[in-house]
Amino acid sequence: MSILKQATIDAIKQNESALLTAWIAGLEQEGSLSDNRITRDEVSAQAKDFLRLLVAASAVGDAADLSRGEWAESRQFLELLSRSRAQRGLDSQHTARFIFSLKRPLFDQLQTTYAGDPKALSNEVWAVSELLDLLGMHTIRAFQKSREEVIMRQQEELLELSTPVVKLWDGVLALPMIGTLDSQRTQVVMESLLQRIVETGSDIAIIDITGVPTVDTLVAQHLLKTVTAIRLMGADCIISGIRPQIAQTIVHLGLDLGGIVTKANLADALALALKRSGLTVTRAE
Amino acid sequence: MSSMRSGTFALRSEQDVVLGRQAVRKLALECGLRLVDQTKLVTAVSELARNAVIYGGGGDMDWAIVEEGARKGVQLVFRDNGPGIPDIKQAMTDGWTSGNGLGLGLAGAKRLVDQFDIQSAPGQGTRVTITKWN
Repeated sequence: MSILKQATIDAIKQNESALLTAWIAGLEQEGSLSDNRITRDEVSAQAKDFLRLLVAASAVGDAADLSRGEWAESRQFLELLSRSRAQRGLDSQHTARFIFSLKRPLFDQLQTTYAGDPKALSNEVWAVSELLDLLGMHTIRAFQKSREEVIMRQQEELLELSTPVVKLWDGVLALPMIGTLDSQRTQVVMESLLQRIVETGSDIAIIDITGVPTVDTLVAQHLLKTVTAIRLMGADCIISGIRPQIAQTIVHLGLDLGGIVTKANLADALALALKRSGLTVTRAE
Repeated sequence: MSSMRSGTFALRSEQDVVLGRQAVRKLALECGLRLVDQTKLVTAVSELARNAVIYGGGGDMDWAIVEEGARKGVQLVFRDNGPGIPDIKQAMTDGWTSGNGLGLGLAGAKRLVDQFDIQSAPGQGTRVTITKWN
């Protein structure tokens, strides 16, 4: 249990504006204010609000245990602050510096307050330092969490983006694959393709691998399984987008795609699909 | 053969296989490998790195840009401390697999590069060295 002394809290309260000025000056010196993604007024307002919360909470709360209810408001404030900075693309250092740069002015203030009592001074410096460290760490944790949320959302969006099954013609579906094909993605791809085959009653599916940079044995295995599943459903499959370097690699790797119809590009695959459906494309007179 | 620049890349997960491939593609570009050779090397890396992750329980890839006379190349060593391979000749046969892959990875990787050396024994882990010249 380490509660700040009442004298410390009073000193902070009485010298609030002086502390704020020194704090902002410190931030300015470190270059935290010269970033155009955040304005000086914003930082000043945040500093003012935070100092108020700090005084209010440390008057009643244990400075060594931030998980207690008295600190809820301070924690929430810092979480919001971290999130807004993460969204603007500011780094974690910038966010943590906001808290840590309050140390200097607070220590200076304590030195004046406890000028005649070195023992009390060292105790209070320790308590304040520990408190600010905890708050700073909480800020970094919150910052990381909001960054992770952003990454997770992007990953989900990417997974969804990367598996669009498009209808090229009546009875002809196309699946343009992009990126790396791992087991999880192949599963998603296969499911959505098979589902669409049933829904649309298509009998030709074109898998385009122009956007797949590396075709190794695992990718080939996934493709073979997908083709087999499509055939089991009574539809036919064409693989397009086999670039020259991929073709040569497949040969050296010893992969046997003998039973599968492949084409160099999507246009050739569509032409073949139309031909098989008994359709011809002619120029309008 | 002299080494100009080198480093090590950790292979712990499927994600590392993808990152390793991207790293090797950059090295191959640096050495002036043609597009076909880049693709071959990257595909071989994909096979060997995945072997290290899946069968070796994770490992490392040492990379080096090497020079011999006028030619430049990429040399890679895949190391793991896995169970090792009891019969290397069998493992190098097309279509043979101890897992559930296609059984083409090891032999295929050998055909995709210029130099290939494999050392392994039960309990000793596996060490595969490959080189691709420009």
